[in-house]
Amino acid sequence: MSEEERGSTLIRNELVEVRSGAYHDSVTLMRAGRRLAERPGVTAALTAMATTLNVDLLAEMGFTPPDGTRPDDLLVAIRADDADALEAARVTVDELLSTRSAPRAFGVPAPPRTTGSAARRIDATVALVSVPGPYAFAEAMDALDAGLNVMVFSDNVPIEHELELKETAARRGLLVMGPDCGTAVVGGVGLGFANVVRPGPIGLVAASGTGAQQVMSLLDEAGAGVSHVLGVGGRDLSAEISGRSTLQALRALDADPATELIVVVSKPPAPEVGDLIRAAARRLATPVRFGLLGEGGDDLTKVVEDALETIGVPVPPWPSWLPSRRVHPPRPGPLRGLFAGGTLCEEAALIAGSTPNEMTDLGDDRYTRGRAHPMIDPTLRLERLAAETTGGDAAVVLIDVVLGHGSEPDPAAALVPVIQEAKVPVVVSLCGTSGDPQGRDRQAEALAAAGAAVYASNAAATRHAVSLAEGS
Amino acid sequence: MSTPSAREPHENGDGGLGGLLTREVKVVAAGASVLADALGEQAVPVETVDWRPPAGPAGYTGLAEDLAVVMGDRRRAAADATAVGRLLGARPHLVDVRPAHEVLDLEPGSFLHAGPPLTWERASGPMRGALIGAAIFEGLAETPEDAELLLRTAPLEPCHHHGTVGPMAGVVSPSMWMFVVEDAENGGTAYCSLNEGLGKVLRYGAYGPEVIERLRWMAGSLGPVLREAVRAHGPVDLRAIMAQALHMGDELHNRNRAATSLFVRELAGDLAEAGGVEALRFAAGNDHFFLNLAMAAGKVSADAARDVPGSSLVVAMARNGTDFGIQVSGTGDRWFTGPAGVPDGLYLGSYGPGDANPDIGDSTITETTGVGGFAMAAAPAIVRFIGGEVPDALAATQRMYEITLAEHPAFQVPILDFRGTPVGIDVTKVVRTGLLPVVNTGIAGRVAGTGQVGAGLVSPPAEVFTQALHALAEQATIAS
Repeated sequence: MSEEERGSTLIRNELVEVRSGAYHDSVTLMRAGRRLAERPGVTAALTAMATTLNVDLLAEMGFTPPDGTRPDDLLVAIRADDADALEAARVTVDELLSTRSAPRAFGVPAPPRTTGSAARRIDATVALVSVPGPYAFAEAMDALDAGLNVMVFSDNVPIEHELELKETAARRGLLVMGPDCGTAVVGGVGLGFANVVRPGPIGLVAASGTGAQQVMSLLDEAGAGVSHVLGVGGRDLSAEISGRSTLQALRALDADPATELIVVVSKPPAPEVGDLIRAAARRLATPVRFGLLGEGGDDLTKVVEDALETIGVPVPPWPSWLPSRRVHPPRPGPLRGLFAGGTLCEEAALIAGSTPNEMTDLGDDRYTRGRAHPMIDPTLRLERLAAETTGGDAAVVLIDVVLGHGSEPDPAAALVPVIQEAKVPVVVSLCGTSGDPQGRDRQAEALAAAGAAVYASNAAATRHAVSLAEGS
Repeated sequence: MSTPSAREPHENGDGGLGGLLTREVKVVAAGASVLADALGEQAVPVETVDWRPPAGPAGYTGLAEDLAVVMGDRRRAAADATAVGRLLGARPHLVDVRPAHEVLDLEPGSFLHAGPPLTWERASGPMRGALIGAAIFEGLAETPEDAELLLRTAPLEPCHHHGTVGPMAGVVSPSMWMFVVEDAENGGTAYCSLNEGLGKVLRYGAYGPEVIERLRWMAGSLGPVLREAVRAHGPVDLRAIMAQALHMGDELHNRNRAATSLFVRELAGDLAEAGGVEALRFAAGNDHFFLNLAMAAGKVSADAARDVPGSSLVVAMARNGTDFGIQVSGTGDRWFTGPAGVPDGLYLGSYGPGDANPDIGDSTITETTGVGGFAMAAAPAIVRFIGGEVPDALAATQRMYEITLAEHPAFQVPILDFRGTPVGIDVTKVVRTGLLPVVNTGIAGRVAGTGQVGAGLVSPPAEVFTQALHALAEQATIAS
């Protein structure tokens, strides 16, 4: 029996193909779609599962959506200048989507189909769940049933699912990181988006992914390093979830001999939850420093500096890479922020304060409809950056570049040509470490050479951008 | 809702969190491949899940939520463990052979049939043929036409409602003789008719004179002799025979040659003592003689797992030639049904797919209890008969581990390093993976009176599992 049945319609130089039983995750599909669209002679391309959203997207792109598709059908749509380009692109689809399934050998079992089944094959400590939000609960619960901790990377997970997962985990002495948890480091291993940091005495509990990445990167820069970074998900300190994962994470780090200081990175918690967590923290043997990003609170760089002082490590000058010459004379005007990291965006808005500014988090759901997070797929942000720096009313544009595992392999390569063309100053908040696969210093130097002012501290980058926006 | 506290002591000596911060990091990854790749780049051991979105029938939008409700039912883990524990612990023994009217609540003129409930109007050709044959055998009608008239109003009930299973049409009437199988562990009793052999037989819908004649001999001679032999022998441990037969190349649904041989050897002396030379020849000459015992053993084991609130374990899969139905431990006697499919397989002689009746019979109780299609890897000799190659058999058994709760402690597959067979179909796993139970089956002719036309593989309709999931979700909501 063939698992893949294909039906396709060919209208001039346009192709819409439905493949049944050919599932691929959204990141793989979006990458494939982008590669297809980049091919010479191809004017539009979409590779996506036939969800309602993607079928609408197909129509918006001017294709005629086929009837009777189901969410587990794969849609392939290509429009090209001529039939040859179309055929060439169509052939490429298989190559782009080829799975690395093991050859059919005698007695070799097929890959596991559930987290519980996978857990029976490997003596794992943690499951990393990044399936679409509505289905994350089943895989996460299955992993908890198998005795695994769970990191739920998926977003769009209903809060009642989160509560049930966390109550179950607490009963079983396990930890649920997430949902919408982008970052964790456990025993030196980065899960999700994570920077390569040296081992050290500071343990992080983080309700924010890029917040954790900023803190761990600066700690690494100072030579302090981290023991573990345990993500808890952005809603953990809400009244509904009541800090269930934060409490589990605090206890685990308290019991960890390598952790001398715990730093909690979060937005301000619900008041009663804040009391609960602070009371719990007081009962621990390990000191806890709260970094609660909000009105009147410290910025993350300050939180890191305090933590360094607590453990007796000198605060280094935070690195910056300035353009060799001032490419654009500053003029007063609005500050425009285009961020991939939500927490970095929030921190920048808090620091910019009353200075006229507009900070946009392009990782927000509104912008990730039908495409991957900007840390994986920079296309949208590049377009926006080009528009804002060549024809907008912004006096200065601030962007973040987040390095580490999971992020795109060479973000500077795509940014450099845009920055070179910019008519206004561009300031970059570069979140990363020298150990990151992308190479922080190489990235920084390339960006600075193109004309950007680059800062390892998001707070410092924002303050510099603010000073430029104020005309100094 | 209880207030969480950070003061509870660490229960394990691993620093808490199952050793998350102390053990070597090994990861199970499900979803975006870029995240698993990032772990691979860090040389971290990763087991990647081949995850696919669950797909329900068109128009069923509540699947993700039903899944979450059932997976989140706090009774589930313990309920499944209880239910499948009973199924695995069952120790079926053949204890007696008796007429149906003695052991079943079966009035003269009423009939049992395979599969979920069925009316004469909806009955398929082979089911009607078998009912006609049974009516003639019982002396209620002289001709097929008379039988049909009678059967339009005769009481019909599923075997499953009477602790009974029947192969193919599975028709049981009061004068037929039944194997009586008791579960020495859980205490239940189940029944199955005696196997008639191959060729023109009632269970495939044939009702000619030779069929009726054989049934009369079975009731008048085979049954009583078997009864005498079994009573003289004492309880026959069916689980032991089945375990050995799996080592000898049977899968206990479409191949029962080893199990039949073992059973005949076990009873040979007592049959000889009882003067049962004819019975001995009949049983020894029928490779499927043990099938009905394997089915009764499966039925008594599956029934032990019934009625555990919150359990999503499948306790019956059965087909009546029109519908395929399942029953689930947590939802009592309710059937979830969909149209029975036509098996995909090989045909005898000049028969072809056009001659095939939709799937029929209670023999799927074997798959329900971890043998049959689930033990295909143990029976490479018959893989080609049902239209496959040996690697297909291995893949079929291995695939079933993805949808089952346990591995059988006694039933092993030598070629899989004596791994226990996959047993205990879990509704949630079927829906999550989209993998349907693999069923080995015979194929009955579509037209009443034809008999067997082939054998092959068949799957249940997917919607019976989504229906069951929905019912489990409703019960979970009521219970919470």
